[in-house]
Amino acid sequence: MIEGFTALYIFMLAAVAGYEVISRVPVILHTPLMSGSNFIHGIVVIGAMIALGHADTPLEQLIGFIAVLLGAGNAVGGYVVTERMLEMFKSSKSEAK
Amino acid sequence: MQTIIQLSYFVAAVLFIVGLKGMSSPKTARTGVLWAGVGMIVATAVTFFYPGITGVSNYVLIILALAIGGGIAWSSGKKVAMTDMPQMVALYNGMGGGSAGAIAAVYLLAAQRDLVDSGLQSVQQQMGSDVAVLAVLGGMIGTVAFSGSLIAWAKLDGRFNRNSLVPAQQIVNIVLFAALVLTGIWVLFTGGVFPIALFFLLALTFGVCMTVPIGGADMPVVISLFNALTGLAVGFKGYVLANPALIIAGTVVGAAGMLLTHLMAKAMNRPISNVLFSGFGTTGAADGDGPEGEMKDVGAEDAAYMMAYAERVIIVPGYGMAVAQAQHKIWELVQLLQARDVEVKFAIHPVAGRMPGHMNVLLAEAGVPYDMIFDMEEVNEEFKMTDVALVIGANDVVNPAAKKDESSPIYGMPILDVEDAENVLVIKRGRGTGFSGVENALFYGENTRMVFGDGAQVANKMVAAVKEL
Repeated sequence: MIEGFTALYIFMLAAVAGYEVISRVPVILHTPLMSGSNFIHGIVVIGAMIALGHADTPLEQLIGFIAVLLGAGNAVGGYVVTERMLEMFKSSKSEAK
Repeated sequence: MQTIIQLSYFVAAVLFIVGLKGMSSPKTARTGVLWAGVGMIVATAVTFFYPGITGVSNYVLIILALAIGGGIAWSSGKKVAMTDMPQMVALYNGMGGGSAGAIAAVYLLAAQRDLVDSGLQSVQQQMGSDVAVLAVLGGMIGTVAFSGSLIAWAKLDGRFNRNSLVPAQQIVNIVLFAALVLTGIWVLFTGGVFPIALFFLLALTFGVCMTVPIGGADMPVVISLFNALTGLAVGFKGYVLANPALIIAGTVVGAAGMLLTHLMAKAMNRPISNVLFSGFGTTGAADGDGPEGEMKDVGAEDAAYMMAYAERVIIVPGYGMAVAQAQHKIWELVQLLQARDVEVKFAIHPVAGRMPGHMNVLLAEAGVPYDMIFDMEEVNEEFKMTDVALVIGANDVVNPAAKKDESSPIYGMPILDVEDAENVLVIKRGRGTGFSGVENALFYGENTRMVFGDGAQVANKMVAAVKEL
């Protein structure tokens, strides 16, 4: 479905998108952003699910199980801490009690 | 069904980019991460219907692993203190890298097993060279990021602080890396379980050995680098699995992470190669004569009066403030000063805290609105017009030696020009040197007054003093 050169174009365009999106981020958001991008590569969990789904031998199942376990940890943990950090950012206007 | 699955992955990829874009402004950051979260849920849910997932036992294992991994991460993520955020990010990042490495292991093992049926000679023939190369490469990067991130976590968490495991660590690392690459090539052109096992063992070892010599101050750069590498590994896995959502999300993070790593290294004036290949502070420790003059100290109350009668005050917080948990008291003090019509700003050095932007998070936790917080470039000119600069828990980022003393290990690092302010107040626990072990001439300056004591207690006294006015 995605063959050689098509994939190469996807790689290239995605890299440009990532670069562009980040280049305008203020320093104050760097930590949440690192955590947020960390969350996004938690998408690896679906790759892990597919790998475990195709596993045939007990060894492959064991490694696949670890893959899903770690991937889920990455995705869920990354989301929780990013959300917690961003929740705290308030401007002085919105703070009017 | 196939169309729905692909469409869902497409939607998820769009949501990730929109979410990341949203995170580029404090106003939209919260909604940004929510969108990315929706994308993640959609992609995960639809994967249950992915063709070729076979066997009830595999389904049970998937659900079990999701529940356990997600559950543990959820509860630990909710509990972690804001000061410990850098090591937590390192830990979650390591999990992602480990996951990518494990996926590579499953596919390489499956490919070498299939050799028996297909009668082919090598993994590379079985998978196709492009897929096989990216599987090995992604597996290598992911596994290195996994063990490396674990070391970064242990170092930041204070569980481990050795700077070498064996003598001549750098040479050992080069040999290890060469062995790793050669084994990777061996995996491609043979079958059998042994090369694959050796390959992953070497990758794990190399990740550890590569991270051990790196000093604590450089760790944020390394975590950011591992974050980017994990993204790249995930992108490569996407190609192996022919899954565009993984390719796009992984590559976007890879590129963004590389840029972020570069920005951080630049802020510290440390080329990335320098961070990776030389231990900080292990070479050429400052042996100069030390700064001229002596420190002049002042009581917390008098310091507070200085600020209360000033017109413009800039506060420069460092990690020491967070360690002392003084940010809440400082914010209380700032509110009192504002009530007296003192103009107060916070100035944040790019590497204040343990990670760029970490200090902003800690101030935000205390309730400081983000539009009072300024970057170094925005605020540096203003020190000249400032009556009082209050430095709390920061040291190296305000050390004028970075500008003047070429022999200083921090020479060349951009600093906050605190010494330009009319008066400088420094809250400091004791007379010792900072994180980098370098003496700070600022503390001996003509217009500098030292307030010795625990950050939170000093801030407390200051609050009381201003209240009494």
